Amino acid sequence: MSSRSASPGLRRTARVLGLASTGLGVAMLRNPVGVARASGVDDSPTALSVIPVVGARELLHALPLLAGRPGWAWTRIAGDAMDLTAMGVALAHRSGDRRRRLRAATVAVGGLAALDLLTAARSRRRGPARDLLPGSAPWKGAIDVSAATTVNKTPEQVYRYWRDFSRLPDFMAHVREVRTLDDGQRSHWVAEAPGRRTVEWDAELVEDRPGELIRWRSLPGAGIENAGSVEFRPAPGRQGTEVRVRLAYAQPGGRLGKVVAGLFGESPEQQVRDDLTRSKQVLETGQVVRSEGSPEGPLAARLTHQRPATARS
Amino acid sequence: MRATQWMGKNHVEVNEVPDPRILNDRDAIVKVTSTAICGSDLHLFDGFIPTMKKGDILGHEFMGEVVELGRGVGNLKVGDRVVVPFPIACGACTACERGLYSVCENSNPNARMAEKLWGHSPCGIYGYSHLVGGYPGGQAEYARVPFADVGPLRVEDDLTDEQVLFLTDIFPTGYMGAEMCDIKGGDVIAVWGAGPVGLFAVASARMLGAERIVAIDRFDYRLDKAREAGATDVLNYEEVDVLDALKEITAGRGPDGCIDAAGLEATHPTTAVDAYDRAKTAVMAETERPHALREAIMACRNGGTVSIIGVYGGLMDKFPVGSLMNRSLTVRTGQAHVHRYLRPLYEKIRDGEIDPTFLISHTLPLDQAPQGYRMFRDKEDDCTKVVLKP
Repeated sequence: MSSRSASPGLRRTARVLGLASTGLGVAMLRNPVGVARASGVDDSPTALSVIPVVGARELLHALPLLAGRPGWAWTRIAGDAMDLTAMGVALAHRSGDRRRRLRAATVAVGGLAALDLLTAARSRRRGPARDLLPGSAPWKGAIDVSAATTVNKTPEQVYRYWRDFSRLPDFMAHVREVRTLDDGQRSHWVAEAPGRRTVEWDAELVEDRPGELIRWRSLPGAGIENAGSVEFRPAPGRQGTEVRVRLAYAQPGGRLGKVVAGLFGESPEQQVRDDLTRSKQVLETGQVVRSEGSPEGPLAARLTHQRPATARS
Repeated sequence: MRATQWMGKNHVEVNEVPDPRILNDRDAIVKVTSTAICGSDLHLFDGFIPTMKKGDILGHEFMGEVVELGRGVGNLKVGDRVVVPFPIACGACTACERGLYSVCENSNPNARMAEKLWGHSPCGIYGYSHLVGGYPGGQAEYARVPFADVGPLRVEDDLTDEQVLFLTDIFPTGYMGAEMCDIKGGDVIAVWGAGPVGLFAVASARMLGAERIVAIDRFDYRLDKAREAGATDVLNYEEVDVLDALKEITAGRGPDGCIDAAGLEATHPTTAVDAYDRAKTAVMAETERPHALREAIMACRNGGTVSIIGVYGGLMDKFPVGSLMNRSLTVRTGQAHVHRYLRPLYEKIRDGEIDPTFLISHTLPLDQAPQGYRMFRDKEDDCTKVVLKP
């Protein structure tokens, strides 16, 4: 449901680092004496016992990196720092040919460290939410979720329903109110936040293609910076409309906030999925379907607050 | 009002609970005049279905009189006498449009729970755990009926409750089990389980033109009922080897259609096999004891159909998929799409083609529901079907 994968280029760099790590690790484990000689520390008895340990460490870095996980370059940086420190100390006590070899080795490790740093930093910066709204906001650590459902109505009907933002609170459990502002392009949102608080923001339409797509984002100064898109496409075999929602927001508390909220049953993915399920119910049956034994969690709390329909008897 | 509540494994009570209310525009409130204990209620009673909560109101076979209507129900009047199908269906989603009412996409508000267990959610069902909506059941004085403009069928006063009550579940379920076998003249149909659903499957196979119908059970009184329903042969699996006997009956071919009307609590005459599944279900390593289904697959003729209407919950072990694949078998299954069958089966009852009352063995006041559950589960007093009167 949520997508947090790195770009192909970054994954490739991660694999290169993984290969380098593997090569170094294997060399250090199989031939510590040779490695010590090449890097000019063959005069030290400690070096011979340290090199295989470093080799083992290199292999540990290598595994996730070979799997294309650039974030693990951070572990290499920690290792690089240790190595460079040790090499710096060694450089101070070497001279002549040994010193030359050690300097060359240090430069090589330094170069690798720079690549590590670049990769690690890029793995951080590449928040997937960025491509939802390029060039906007510092989306570092943003939550980016998507969900889809198929509704037995035409794309035009579904679009028209979504385009009237004031109706969104009917099915979005945490949105209390959406008011369209005078120009029709902007709207004011009030949502429930954990701990009985509310957050408010203004949003603007970024793209509006009738029967196809709606994109919006919050305006500067929002309590929760967010952006979203909902796409409508005719389902094959005349099964109605495929509705795909994507939502990104920088949640207060960042990743930690997400973990804490998860403990209380508020998984962002599940929220979006539930909202979408309810939107389908409203579009197809006219209402959010209720049962007396609703599920636990915030959803139940909300449903019990809904007013029952008026009876005629 | 008074209602039958699930209070834990092997424990039901009849207690005073709040009256149901109209919660959606398309709801109706029905004053229950007759309700029944279903074989699937026994799976709840025995604690096999997850997500039951203490105090849940049981029962999904019920009928009665409309006493209150939401403003969105235009086709019913207060005072109408209705039978209520056990699947709750919206009538508007793609599944409902295709007549697949028991997989309605909108009627389970707890769809997320069902999706975790089954990948996708089926419809909501009355009194049948929170996995399928947590709707209170109908073993009560009153019941809330969602989508009342889609489900309930109005019935004439000249038919008794007992004649039409089983349209809510077991008759359509048994009928669908037989229908899924695509019976042609001359077909031999075997039915595992001679409980209420199995008996209706037998009766339906007969109505659909099967030539020989074999009922399989371990209680002779139930097998006698099966004969009454139209079985030409009966097998007591504690006395004969079912696979051998079916080969004998069909001169080696095997039955053309095999209906599993037993479900997840089947027993097996061989102690070791039975113990294997009992042990695995006890530690939740599987949720079923699928003896009947395994046997139905093994018994079916090459190219035949296995029709599963017995209830299963989750995961089973030792599924004879090799037999299924290599012998070109067809498996068809589903909770009954009751809405589809209501009117035609009602007409069959009106026309006297079938009298569903033959399987009722006990009629009890609602307050005696706990005894009813025990008696039905333990097959005491030749119990075949318990009807409760609130």
